[in-house]
Amino acid sequence: MDFQVVILAGGFSSNLVPLVSKEVPKALLPVANRPVLSYVLDLLESNNLKDLIVVVEGEDAALKVGGWISAACVDRLHVEVAAVAENVGTAGALRAIAHHLTAKDILIVSGDIVSDIPPGAVAATHRRHDAAVTVMLCAQPVSGPSESGGSSGKDKTKKPACEDIVGLDSWKQFLLYIAKGTEIKKDTRVKKSILCAAGKMELRSDLMDSHIYAFKRSVLQEVLDQKPAFRSLKQDVLPYLVRTQLRSDVSSDQNNVEEIGNGKDNMQNNEVVLSQILSNASLPSFHQVYESGLDSRKTHKCCVYIADESKFFVRLNSIQAFMDVNRDVIGDANHLSGYSFSAHHNIVHPSAELGSKTTVGPHCMLGEGSQVGDKCSVKRSVIGRHCRIGSNVKIVNSVVMDHATIGDGCSIQGSVICSNAQLQERVTLRDCQVEAGYIVCAGGEHKGETFARK
Amino acid sequence: MGGQKKGGARVSEDAEEQSPQRLQAILLADSFATKFRPVTLERPKVLLPIVNVPMIGYTLAWLEYAGIEEVFVFCCAHAIQIIEYLEKSEWYSHPNLVVRTIESHKSISAGDALRYMYEQQAETSQIQGDFVLVSGDTVSNMPLADLIQEHRERKKKDEKAIMTMAIKQSKSSSLTHQSRLGTDQLFIAVDPLTKQLLHYEEDKIDHPRGSVCLDKSLLESNPSVLVSNDMQDCYIDICSPEVLSLFEDNFDYQHLRRHFVKGVLVDDIMGYKIFTHEIHSSYAARIDNFRSYDTVSKDIIQRWTYPYVPDINFSGNRPLKLGRQGIYRACDAVLSRSADVGASSVIGYGTKIGDGVKILNSVIGNGCSIGSNVVIEGSYIWNNVTIEDGCEIRNAIVCDGVKIRAGAVLEPGVVLSFNVVVGRDFVVPAYSKVSLLQQPTTEDSDEELEYADSSSGTADHLSGLNLQMESKASELGPDGAGYIWEVCEGAHDEEWKHSVAPIPKDKLAEITQAIDDDDTDDESVVPTSGELKSDADSINTDMNDPNDDYCYFEKEVEGTVLRAVEENIKVDLVTLEINGLRLSYNMESADCAGATFYSMMKLAVDTPHNSASELYKNAASIITKWKELLGFYVKKIDEQIEVIMKFEEMCQEPPKELGPLFTQILHLLYDKDVLQEDAILRWAEEKAGADETDKVYLKQCETFIQWLKEASEEEDEDDEDEEDDD
Repeated sequence: MDFQVVILAGGFSSNLVPLVSKEVPKALLPVANRPVLSYVLDLLESNNLKDLIVVVEGEDAALKVGGWISAACVDRLHVEVAAVAENVGTAGALRAIAHHLTAKDILIVSGDIVSDIPPGAVAATHRRHDAAVTVMLCAQPVSGPSESGGSSGKDKTKKPACEDIVGLDSWKQFLLYIAKGTEIKKDTRVKKSILCAAGKMELRSDLMDSHIYAFKRSVLQEVLDQKPAFRSLKQDVLPYLVRTQLRSDVSSDQNNVEEIGNGKDNMQNNEVVLSQILSNASLPSFHQVYESGLDSRKTHKCCVYIADESKFFVRLNSIQAFMDVNRDVIGDANHLSGYSFSAHHNIVHPSAELGSKTTVGPHCMLGEGSQVGDKCSVKRSVIGRHCRIGSNVKIVNSVVMDHATIGDGCSIQGSVICSNAQLQERVTLRDCQVEAGYIVCAGGEHKGETFARK
Repeated sequence: MGGQKKGGARVSEDAEEQSPQRLQAILLADSFATKFRPVTLERPKVLLPIVNVPMIGYTLAWLEYAGIEEVFVFCCAHAIQIIEYLEKSEWYSHPNLVVRTIESHKSISAGDALRYMYEQQAETSQIQGDFVLVSGDTVSNMPLADLIQEHRERKKKDEKAIMTMAIKQSKSSSLTHQSRLGTDQLFIAVDPLTKQLLHYEEDKIDHPRGSVCLDKSLLESNPSVLVSNDMQDCYIDICSPEVLSLFEDNFDYQHLRRHFVKGVLVDDIMGYKIFTHEIHSSYAARIDNFRSYDTVSKDIIQRWTYPYVPDINFSGNRPLKLGRQGIYRACDAVLSRSADVGASSVIGYGTKIGDGVKILNSVIGNGCSIGSNVVIEGSYIWNNVTIEDGCEIRNAIVCDGVKIRAGAVLEPGVVLSFNVVVGRDFVVPAYSKVSLLQQPTTEDSDEELEYADSSSGTADHLSGLNLQMESKASELGPDGAGYIWEVCEGAHDEEWKHSVAPIPKDKLAEITQAIDDDDTDDESVVPTSGELKSDADSINTDMNDPNDDYCYFEKEVEGTVLRAVEENIKVDLVTLEINGLRLSYNMESADCAGATFYSMMKLAVDTPHNSASELYKNAASIITKWKELLGFYVKKIDEQIEVIMKFEEMCQEPPKELGPLFTQILHLLYDKDVLQEDAILRWAEEKAGADETDKVYLKQCETFIQWLKEASEEEDEDDEDEEDDD
């Protein structure tokens, strides 16, 4: 498949402080004791997409990610790691690595996805329609991807916050309209021209953009070149393409590609013809009808692939999401973790040591070489490698990363303890985050706090 | 109305009270529109023949067939004619369908009609439950029983479901944005699961072009909304009795759709709901204008409306014989051997057609006589029309009793009203509407108000006019009779859009061109949101964008200031209002200063001016007049700096008219004590470190700042001197 995959792995995302640090860029945050990036790589590998470019913001982060990748999957995948400047945005990142892009179509995947949606299906849809861009949409997660805190409590009584508003044609193949979910607060304006062309448009607020896109390379590069102000794929490039689909400014069309094809190799040309045949096999799409009505007009297609509702999809883009995804991967969506679960629905590494009267409940994970003292209770939590956990410790709904030390009598609920952090005796944490290497003093009781060195 | 009622019917009504609800319908025998003028001045629209049967005949036959047991025919204009027709055609004595007429001459809209019904209801309680609401110009063959059942069941579950309206798929042309029935394109939003109607918007009336605007609450409360453009409203509604009371409560509802449906959709206090029912295989259309007259006629000839087709007797009509190629012919029609009757044509009883006549796609009524070598294409000739030799008639409607003298030509789109005479060799220009009646000099601008002036006494009127005609030179040639109506203002578009004639090619090309232009306009209108927002992180926050808030705030302030200037409101009151806005948008005093200043300058720019100096004069007068208002918000240095920054921003906005005046206006503001020199100097300092591009205006006013600096130094010196003096 002539597809190049770009993974936008981000850098040190400010949303995830204090979970991320100089040591741990976002891409390497552990989900069930594996870096989140590994889930994306596995997903792509399982779809036979092996030619990858991982784009990381910042040189340091790139080094870290590159180091991990070379150790983890050098033998399986052909991965290039490219560093781009920080805060250039997703479009900026693509601009920076434009010279790496050579394939006819580019698949762009966000690096923080934990999912089992096949990206290959997006690629196939993209090809079938000869689309300029294809977007993967998935059902809105029930728990709501919004940040924890006051707002989520309010929303829960109603329904999850709306991420995106999308307009689809009646066959749910084309994307006719897209707006950010926050705009649900305003009146929705849909252009009549596209409505007239398509006849019907279904506006959905229960789908969200999954940040998996397939772009035609020529289109993508042209847009990036022409619009230097565009910084974000989702907020700038995609809405622009959707908006202009009936009066395309991009010279994406067959002529252009064919010219290149004639010059370079015949293979590509054949594929173009094939895709034209395929796309013409069914009824002409409204784009073609519209185009034929107006001779001076060119169109391009924006397609969607809607993932099955049963598929799992989470983006790790907030602390709440981090907690959720850790819980889900060892819980409901445990097929993603790649581990085999015991009869008790949990994973306790053989080298882990458990004290007497210590219980590890279902949906738990205990990493390699970790030690847990006596009379402890671990429920629905992930504990990393080589952790030292004292006696009489309660850990519920929490994530404890590698090498953390937890003193006797601690109680941890809904919290994240980063690697090398230390909790002294009898610390009680509820909904807290402890930065890597931080030491929480003995006896404290904390709720909803963030522990980080300034 | 009482006189028309059959006594026996009333008795049976009482007897049936206990039995399951009888199916009732209200038929509005008046369209409350002027689309069919001038024809409707002399005959009500529902009695106009379509393929030789009055429209109301189709509607009543369909209602009877669909199982309606009682129909109330609501007559306004020409009520006598309608009642006469109903008597003559024996609808009054139909075994299965009880027809009652209700007469009201005061009603000038559908809303009035239903209010009248409601008042009557109090006395007679005629409407016992759900009823079907249709107008008398509906041609349909859809079954109603299921629809009514569906409505009733829904009503049982949800008290608020008061209406179900039938819709049918019909793609409007992408060029003309009008359906094949000639109605404007319709945008409706429906909940795909429940089929509840969420939004109803007719093009033109609501938002001329551009975009469909859905209320924010729609998407918040519905995860999925289906917006369609390819639906056509059949104007067939199943209503619950609440509908009548709603009309009563909202006395300003006139139009069924524009007011009633919109009103119900917008009103979330009562929470009434309207549902849609899509009909698939059956036919339903309303004859709303001449184009739909043409379209529906063709549909009837092509038998889409079966069993309401010319070869079947459904409404007291004499059936015609169906030949090949969809040619219907009366058995006693006399055709010359050399006459050529082409496909899809109808020829009525007692019609004589001469030699060498060519007829194609046309309907010819009863008792017509057509001379030789006449060409009739795509036209509708009603009854008792005389066409002399050698005439050419293309895409025209010719009413009863018209005489077209030899050699006359009717160009496409012509409508000849009753008894008009077209003179020898006269060419009636395209789209003309001709009537024996003179065009009312003051055309009602409000199209709702049709018939109001013509509801009675047209017959006397007519005879009087006829006499007048004799003496007057006709507009239709020396031996003709009739006035060519002028197209009323603003209706130039309607002319070709709603005519019987197909849209000419050059018009289409014109529209195509226009669309191209439109879309380019669109582009500039559509905010390129992405370009403005620079928060590149692709993570959404649910926070309200403060920028947005500011924009709204600024708009509000602008509105306030504009109004203040227009109405000359006192400064105190304006500040009070702006303060109110400030609190509600949670803005700083500096924001107020910025916004107020912005709106003042905008006002200056928007005031017409020819040159920069005039613009300056505008600005100066506004600033002088309203400096107090501005002064209220610029008490602190920071606020003053905000004003300067805002000004800079404004200068950069296209069309950059203010740019060259920056220094002058700054100076003015300084002179008027709006800005203090400290503020200006501080601003200059702050800007000194900025990018080169940012410093355009700083450079522009360099001399002014220099002067200020020197002045302040002098002042300082003076102060020092003074101190020394002390």
